[in-house]
Amino acid sequence: MSSIAELEEVARKCRVRIVDMVYNAQAGHPGGSLSEIDILVALYGTTLRVDPKNPSWEDRDRFILSKGHASPGMYAILAEHGFIQEHDLTSYRVLGGKCQGHVDAKWCPGVDFSAGSLGMGLSFGMGSALAARLDGSQRQAYVMLGDGEIQEGSVWEAAMAAVHHELGNLNVILDCNGIQNDDFCDEQMRMFDIPKKWEAFGWNVKIIDGHNMSEILEGLEFLKNSNQKPNILIARTVKGKGVSYMENNPSFHGAAPNDEQYALAMKELGVA
Amino acid sequence: MMVRMAATRDGYGDALLELGGNQRVVVLEADLGKSTKSLHFRKQFPQRTISCGIGEQNMFLVGAGLAASGYIPFASTFAIFTERGFEQMRNGIARPNLAVHVCGSHGGTHTGTDGSSAQSIEDLAIYRTLPNVTVLHPCDDVSTKILTKQLVHLNSPSYTRTARNKSPVLYDGREDEIEIGKGVIHRDGNDAAIIACGILVSEALQAAQELSLEGIEVTVIDMHTIKPLDEALVLDVAKKCGKIVTAEDHSIIGGLGGAVSEYLIENYPVPMKRIGVADRFGESGESEEMLNLLGLSAPFIAEAVRKLLNS
Repeated sequence: MSSIAELEEVARKCRVRIVDMVYNAQAGHPGGSLSEIDILVALYGTTLRVDPKNPSWEDRDRFILSKGHASPGMYAILAEHGFIQEHDLTSYRVLGGKCQGHVDAKWCPGVDFSAGSLGMGLSFGMGSALAARLDGSQRQAYVMLGDGEIQEGSVWEAAMAAVHHELGNLNVILDCNGIQNDDFCDEQMRMFDIPKKWEAFGWNVKIIDGHNMSEILEGLEFLKNSNQKPNILIARTVKGKGVSYMENNPSFHGAAPNDEQYALAMKELGVA
Repeated sequence: MMVRMAATRDGYGDALLELGGNQRVVVLEADLGKSTKSLHFRKQFPQRTISCGIGEQNMFLVGAGLAASGYIPFASTFAIFTERGFEQMRNGIARPNLAVHVCGSHGGTHTGTDGSSAQSIEDLAIYRTLPNVTVLHPCDDVSTKILTKQLVHLNSPSYTRTARNKSPVLYDGREDEIEIGKGVIHRDGNDAAIIACGILVSEALQAAQELSLEGIEVTVIDMHTIKPLDEALVLDVAKKCGKIVTAEDHSIIGGLGGAVSEYLIENYPVPMKRIGVADRFGESGESEEMLNLLGLSAPFIAEAVRKLLNS
């Protein structure tokens, strides 16, 4: 088990990779990658049962990045754990590359779900959880959703069905960074009391600060509870976290930094 | 001789039941298992039957998750309601090439009195545009059962349209001729060929009988697999007969007629006529009334052949 300081250092390195990828491609989604990355670092570092040497191991835990545009975050953690190599990160959005614009299981080892269209990952995760139960396996399914994403109606079809089927092995982490493509979520579609909505559907709910490593670890422990309800961690996060001008800035949902901005980001992330 | 009548959806239900011995087969329902006939499987194998409620989009992707974990999901609802999950089918099933088998029952105008909202006449066209997806539309319960059972060996996704109402059984004793991707010749003739699918195969055979009395001999093919199209057979009959009529209980845009003409226009153009629903919606009516209203029944098919021969 890695210490909190070690996890925080991995997260810093992953943030550098994220900004590098988007800067090199001059396209992509830095904001949501930076908001989710602390959670991904903790999940892969302490909890997820996967094997980089055998990425398609049948009894692995599944991780489903439903907000598939935040792929740089996932590629950064996959590189950290050796599913892909550091040099593969330069293939982000490049023809023939492992690092497709949105995470794609066909192209990238360690990716379980081919994402890109919002609102699909929870249903897929539910299928993964059902399969685990049919197999008599204790393996878990983890699904990362975005807060804008839960405006998709089919998310709630899945939220209802997962409780009906008593899928205690299905775990959602909701990255609530408060910003979606066009603007702040509160401008696009107010969702009011998000935890209450999930509670009303019958989920086990816990709210955490998605950038506080010890709270994240507590949250991941919470997901291990053994009752028959599905679990959700509602993570309060900051879009663009770690790069001052990207933080809480809707412009950096899907835009790359210029040369000057890139230099500033590197400085802020402790790259000499 | 009395012709046995049966509904293709019953063939689907029987196939699932026989597939139940395979522990990897799972059945997904969206509150229409009684209608699509997956209910027989549910009764025998409740542990491997998953109710998704009235939520087709979720059902398709639950299927994708199961398929990605080594299961073989069969998901069914009405043909029209599968269309609500089209993007899930496209992005979540076809794109990653996960072997989820979707069955849309109650397809076409033949479904009758429920009216136009329930009459899918575009399903074959939309699923045919998706890479990796096999598209089936069998004409009787026997072929539906055999084709459905063959799907477990496909390792890629599929869409099968079945029908609500009974139609003549054509494959009793001819079970061995049924194979995904292979059209079946039901009648041989040199003057023209009718390539049909689903409910209109028996209408095409009636038309052929009528024409024969006038001295016109036509080939009739059951093209139960719309995709991949049996191109070799289409080419053969185009060369042999020189004139082709397609017939389907589906829009004339994009279905079997679309598939056959797309192939022939680039490979062996011959005069053609497409029998299908002429870019309009249906309405409430009995099956036979619908086929007559929309110009799909045997007399219309026969007339299309005559016109082609006289042109």
